[in-house]
Amino acid sequence: MILAIDWMVFIEKLVLIIAVVSGSLVIAMYSTYMERKVAAVLQDRRGPNRAGPFGILQPLADGLKLFFKEEIIPNFSSKFLFILGPCLAMLTAMMVGAVIPWGNKVNLFGRDISLQIADVNIGILYVFGVVSMGVYGIMIGGWASNNKFSLFGAMRAASQIISYELAMGLSLIALLMVTGTLSLKDMVGGQMDHWWNIFKQPLGFLIFLICAFAECNRTPFDLAEAENELVGGYHTEYSSMKLGFYLFAEYINMFLSSAVMVSLFFGGYDIPFVNDMHLAQNIGTNWAAILQGLCLFGKIVFFLFLFMWVRWTIPRFRYDQLMNLGWKILIPLALFNMVITGGLILLKQNHWHF
Amino acid sequence: MEVTEILFWFLSVLAIAAAAGVVLSKSPIYSVLCLIVVFFAISGHYVLMNAQFLAIVNIIVYAGAIMVLFLFVVMLMNLNADAEPPKNVYLKFAGVISGMCLMVVIISALAQSYDIKVPITKGSSIGLIKNLGNTLFTTYVIPFEISSVLFLSAIVGAVVIGKKDEQKANL
Repeated sequence: MILAIDWMVFIEKLVLIIAVVSGSLVIAMYSTYMERKVAAVLQDRRGPNRAGPFGILQPLADGLKLFFKEEIIPNFSSKFLFILGPCLAMLTAMMVGAVIPWGNKVNLFGRDISLQIADVNIGILYVFGVVSMGVYGIMIGGWASNNKFSLFGAMRAASQIISYELAMGLSLIALLMVTGTLSLKDMVGGQMDHWWNIFKQPLGFLIFLICAFAECNRTPFDLAEAENELVGGYHTEYSSMKLGFYLFAEYINMFLSSAVMVSLFFGGYDIPFVNDMHLAQNIGTNWAAILQGLCLFGKIVFFLFLFMWVRWTIPRFRYDQLMNLGWKILIPLALFNMVITGGLILLKQNHWHF
Repeated sequence: MEVTEILFWFLSVLAIAAAAGVVLSKSPIYSVLCLIVVFFAISGHYVLMNAQFLAIVNIIVYAGAIMVLFLFVVMLMNLNADAEPPKNVYLKFAGVISGMCLMVVIISALAQSYDIKVPITKGSSIGLIKNLGNTLFTTYVIPFEISSVLFLSAIVGAVVIGKKDEQKANL
């Protein structure tokens, strides 16, 4: 035996990976539909309603259109990097899904299968690592386009993501002090049948939410693709499915960052007001897992809606406003939050005596 | 061969090949990208040693932040091969000599060092964040604090350099 691998675990994980990847792709596809519908409602229009009932087949039509468009690679661009850009954007967008606990566990064929691809003990740091990689897709794509406006868009995106990553990390340190773990599974476990972390870290959540908007390049932080200043931003030169990859990556990022936010602050797959342990004993592990998954999904859809709601309500920032918000407001606030949280934890350990 | 052994060789070859790519590639952009691959391979080695925290910090700090800034500068400066002025012959000569000196030092250091074989035991938890934190804040607390002072001074230095000269700004 050359490779001693537990094949059952291998198959289990493979199925889970395929499910998560295709699931996030389908959800990203239908978030484009949702975005157009939400925009239509907010602007008093009807939105897509031609393809299928209620326009439900619109994402398929859009996808087909993107596939059948001509692929154009600019003459003077580095071809390899030009193709690498959208691939990296897509890859890094998908990788976050690996550490998110999608449910507790299911019991199939007499085996307990955990609904998390990898329960690494540095879960949230892994998310940070992947997020910090996400900027490469945009930067490489923007540079390889060999176009000033693309380069400007890429530079804006890169500096924005680096700046907001700092505040994001600082806002999470306070949460980590409260939960005492880096593993997302343990964090969700700590919120099961207890107070959700949002009640312990409201300020931390607010900062994290703002930074998540910035990391996803969503309005009001979508300066990287400000069309009135930069033509189309970093993907000006892209066409066909390579453009589709960039647009898709944005929606996958939105979906997965919603999932991270739900897991960190809103109890993950915890069903509110219900004792999950009790429920699992009463109706069986599998049914409980399905209910928990639905619950998680509901929370994620709410956050997706929030992303869209904000996009169609608030105009985008000016670039200096964006930098001021990041460096002069969010980082000091996050530091303040960290100090207060640390002080309170010490006080609590000392039984509320100074 | 075990899986870990295959991974070890794969990562080692990847790291060395990418490191060669950093030096050999003509375009600075490709050099930076190769360097990122090197960091990833090294992080893979850390994971093999079950030092997950170190691995991910290596990725976040080096591949995620420092290399982004490198790429930033390289892209904005638009460095080309012909834009670089040809170097003085004496300078090249000095470069070769100092490089060789460094090589001699490294080789002699490696030859002198006794054979360190750290057994990588399965499930060793020495690199996990809990143990790392404990060691860092008990045994090595003074070096840790001193390095934090070093970082602080680096930050102050960066601010001083980055601060605009008011008289120049008025011109």
